Amino acid sequence: MIKMRFKKILKQWQLQVMIWPGILLLVVFAFIPMFGLMIAFQRYHPLDGFLGSPAVGLENFAAFLKDEDFYRVLTNTLAISLLKLAIGFPFEIFLAIMIYELKMGAFKRVVQTVSYLPHFISWVVLGGMLITWLGGDGLLNSALLWLHAIKEPVSFLGKADNYWLVAVLSEVWKDAGWGTILYLAAMSGIDPGLYEAATIDGAGRVQKIMRITLPGIAGIIALMFVLRIGGMLGANLDQVLILQNPLNMTRSEIIDSYVYHMGLSKGDFSFATAIGIFTSAVSVILLVIANFATKKINDRPIF
Amino acid sequence: MKLTRSEKVFDVCNIVFMCFFLAIILFPLFNIIVLSFNDGLDAIKGGVFLWPRKFTLKNYQTILKDTTVYRAFAVTAAKTLIGIAGHLFITGIAGYAMSKPYLIGRGMFIKMGIITMYFSGGMIPTFLLIKALGLTNTFWVYIVPTLFSFYDMIILMNFFRNIPISMEESAEIDGANFFQVFLKIIFPLSMPVFATIALFHGVYQWNDFFTAKLYVTDKELFPIQYYLYQVLTSQAAASTAKAGVYVAKEFTTKSIQLATMVVTTLPIILIYPFLQKYFISGMLVGGVKE
Repeated sequence: MIKMRFKKILKQWQLQVMIWPGILLLVVFAFIPMFGLMIAFQRYHPLDGFLGSPAVGLENFAAFLKDEDFYRVLTNTLAISLLKLAIGFPFEIFLAIMIYELKMGAFKRVVQTVSYLPHFISWVVLGGMLITWLGGDGLLNSALLWLHAIKEPVSFLGKADNYWLVAVLSEVWKDAGWGTILYLAAMSGIDPGLYEAATIDGAGRVQKIMRITLPGIAGIIALMFVLRIGGMLGANLDQVLILQNPLNMTRSEIIDSYVYHMGLSKGDFSFATAIGIFTSAVSVILLVIANFATKKINDRPIF
Repeated sequence: MKLTRSEKVFDVCNIVFMCFFLAIILFPLFNIIVLSFNDGLDAIKGGVFLWPRKFTLKNYQTILKDTTVYRAFAVTAAKTLIGIAGHLFITGIAGYAMSKPYLIGRGMFIKMGIITMYFSGGMIPTFLLIKALGLTNTFWVYIVPTLFSFYDMIILMNFFRNIPISMEESAEIDGANFFQVFLKIIFPLSMPVFATIALFHGVYQWNDFFTAKLYVTDKELFPIQYYLYQVLTSQAAASTAKAGVYVAKEFTTKSIQLATMVVTTLPIILIYPFLQKYFISGMLVGGVKE
């Protein structure tokens, strides 16, 4: 039996050689770190290693649940994610519909190409640009002063209260265009006959959008919604690392950056890993709830 | 087809909205380019928006003379090119083997991969692993952990499955082995999907600074994004500390930074419009199937 199987494998050795580098890399870089999660239940010290560090049960979990900073960080993360959900998510759908409604082919292509452009700019470069645009003599303050919307320049990055809005709007600016791709693809799958029939029935543009386009992409909207809910606790680490400064720290620190600072800057590996485990557990629960909710509304689950 | 009055109103509103949208994206970017061509000390006075007030090429000349920047660009270019080649090869051959239904172990590998899409070790355990493997402060820390992606492999596998089997068979009759079939037949026929993955992985490699922040302290190995990151964050720290003496110097270097940002971003901005039709269809293959 085993001999026969071995013979079969030997017969397709070329294919086996092609797959094994992938399996090996997946095991090393995806599975081994999963076992590393056990340091969350230890008082891990690099010198003692995984096996030599003392086990402490749930001590690290109790520690962060008692930690005031953790709740502040959790609030920031949820607030930023909810604002992104409230502003970015509907705007992407709106933008996709408006692009779909554009009739001139050349103009449509220009709009699409330009809308993808910010997605390709790195957060480091965008952060540098934002510091310039949002500075005292930058583009935004000058424009607002010119419009008499403000009396004196606003410190957008130097004042903690303004950080959430900066984080949300800069991400919408960067990724709204990119987010339209899947919606536009779903729209191209809608039967054109439906629009023709609606026109004959005397439906206007807005009616066609509400009755044909939106129902046509409802499935993909629900999928995106579930994924966004699942990603609620993971705000944007690259963005925070570049826009954070001592003055906005109280509002800009999110879970991911807190894990980074506690674990890698302060060396409290076990504490940071415990927060990481808590976050992924909550994310999976959120994903399940959101999937269940959309199933109720939509009559079909996403997963 | 004749348009009704309300249809016309709708179209006009839409075009006005789109022009506004284009302006919101393009004008700020244009402003950065303008500032990068303006004299640094003059720019501090403010008011430079649509055209340089005191035109200069000095900012760009300064970068071109700076060996640190040169080196950082070389590291970025190397990690992007080697990263793309390695990723396409390792993930590509795995995807090809996986496209054969009779591959032994196929089902098990799919299950393993799906687990990794839901669970991961997270930042700290991964950090400890990379350290234990001795990858810190080597060039390979940029390459080795990114060689294989399960998600990209699924996209490739789905694409390979749609290639007519007869093309491979005729090559096999001619005595070609699987590697030769992959390189000579599968690869050329799959250019759109390889181009998409190359673009996405290339953008990741070009724009990534976090890997360097986590694992690299050797200045010789800094990519351009991390170099910029350090300049920007150390400057933010200096300006919040109100180090008055440095203000003048700091603001002159700002225009040099802007020039560096323009040069850093230009290669990607020039490439992506040509790959647009590929990555849109490539994203669909990944999104729809699975």
